[in-house]
Amino acid sequence: MTAKVTVEDVERVAELAHLELTPEETPRMLHDLNAILDYVAELNELDTKGVTPLAQVSELGDAAGAGALRADLLLPSLDRAVVLAQAPETDRVFFKVPKVIER
Amino acid sequence: MGGRRGSNDVATRPHEGPEKGRKKERIRLSIEAKTPETYVEKPRTLAGLRADLAAGRTKAADLAASYYERIAQVNPRLNVYLSLTKERAMEQAERMDALAAKGDPLPALAGVPVGIKDVLVMRGAPATAGSKILAGYWPPYDATAVERLEAAGAVLLGKLNCDEFAMGSSTENSAYGPVRNPVDTERVPGGSSGGSAAAVAANMAVATLGSDTGGSIRQPASFCGVVGVLPTYGRVSRYGLIAYASSLDRVGPFASNVRDAATMLSVIAGHDPKDATSSAAHVPDFAAESDKPVAGLRIGVPREYFAEGLDAEVRAAIEAGIGALEAAGCTVKPVSLPNTKYAVPTYYLIATAEASANLARFDGVRYGPRSKNAETLSDMYRHSRDEGFGAEVKRRILLGTYALSAGYYDAYYLKAQQVRRLLAEEYLRAFDSVDAIVTPTAPTPAFKLGEKTGDPLAMYLADIYTVTASLAGICGVTVPCGATQAGLPVGMQVLARHLKEGTAFRVARAVEAAHI
Repeated sequence: MTAKVTVEDVERVAELAHLELTPEETPRMLHDLNAILDYVAELNELDTKGVTPLAQVSELGDAAGAGALRADLLLPSLDRAVVLAQAPETDRVFFKVPKVIER
Repeated sequence: MGGRRGSNDVATRPHEGPEKGRKKERIRLSIEAKTPETYVEKPRTLAGLRADLAAGRTKAADLAASYYERIAQVNPRLNVYLSLTKERAMEQAERMDALAAKGDPLPALAGVPVGIKDVLVMRGAPATAGSKILAGYWPPYDATAVERLEAAGAVLLGKLNCDEFAMGSSTENSAYGPVRNPVDTERVPGGSSGGSAAAVAANMAVATLGSDTGGSIRQPASFCGVVGVLPTYGRVSRYGLIAYASSLDRVGPFASNVRDAATMLSVIAGHDPKDATSSAAHVPDFAAESDKPVAGLRIGVPREYFAEGLDAEVRAAIEAGIGALEAAGCTVKPVSLPNTKYAVPTYYLIATAEASANLARFDGVRYGPRSKNAETLSDMYRHSRDEGFGAEVKRRILLGTYALSAGYYDAYYLKAQQVRRLLAEEYLRAFDSVDAIVTPTAPTPAFKLGEKTGDPLAMYLADIYTVTASLAGICGVTVPCGATQAGLPVGMQVLARHLKEGTAFRVARAVEAAHI
């Protein structure tokens, strides 16, 4: 966990996250990511061999939040017209986006 | 100012012209430089409101109107509300007045004016999450917690300012400008639920809802001198809460006193089929729980929460609070939580990883603005997100994406999840020998606007005492516990096991009663 993030790393991660960074933002993010990763490297001091990762507190013995899944029933949902009214572009049935495949 | 009595009252200053206000500010500073401009005003208590409403001494409609007046007066300075829902509020108030007039039994929160943090959706108001990326979005449904408040008679006044997507510890990350602390307007109210805490402190609502992922209810409650509740994970439905980090996000109330906060929690808690992590556990009458005496309770004090970095005045106030608990008949004993120092790094890896996935949905397709400068789908996603997200949100998405990316997953995300288990188990072990654990809520009182904005790490450390309970899923209450020489509030965090909110409320009541 020895972090040394490069400009290329920042650009690659930004692309994965569908983020665009301006030329001014990139060095700032580079600096901040390295500072934060240096700090979180403290976790290396802890021996976690054999420790089961905890993703949800419901996995803990006496915790709450272990609610059962509800039955898979067809129930009324939000009205399509109401939902689509919030979108930037639709054809009243689907959301519209720029063309993906060139013919 | 001749003849206008009350014009010295700072709370009325936003009514005056800007010129006048500024001039007076300068004079004030030179005469009494020690007294900060303050907007603190205690709201009514639920019990008082209820008695007045039932007896016909107060009308819910008049009360709502008076809160809107108060908001119009002080919001220009404090920037607490982002939008108001007057029509919906007045309709509800009139319904409650009709019930009272008929002599019908009144629901638990009849006529109580409340505000909602703008990360919870609510019909009839735009939902922004403090971000430009949702500009213009009017959600067509109510969050479960919002719906339950209204069903219990509460009057929903409007939506409250917060850090963008609840990411921050000072409310300075809101795209709609920072909230100012009503206690001292040069200081932050804490965050991310800064608007929710400030609204109660400044009497712009009787109670409010916020959300807490790493401390976002507790820390601002502490900074503003009000009560804030972190319910057990699963206790309150997350349906309608705009997700930040789903395994950590909780919805909880703010109020001016412990009993009212307990009443609020009883209303919003309970199983909801719309949230798969919602707990089916019975919901007690938390207000009644909070009335029980504390004598005989075992209170743990973890030494790791009183180490380097704790402000001396905060320490003194919390020690006075612990003394009050002892005087009330509690047994105080030291407990050890040696892994505490790993909580902040663990939290920031897990929360940002989950955020990077949750925030993928904001892409200019279904809601919010779409960038006009894109021809391809990929460009449209990227430009819309670039134009919509602020710097801290981008920073956290990048960190989270990095921690989840191929080659780094085991070293960062998996490691953090393992440490999360160690931290949670450490807390649960401590609760084998104590009923509650008390700590400072934050290492310092409210800091100045701009003081930490240049250094993300310094800002993250404002959460040092709150993140562990978030990771462990346990519950807690922060209660005012004295103040510094300068009059800045100090909050004590009272933590209890999963589903033991009643115990936390009891202990908090005892601290409150001591008037430290």
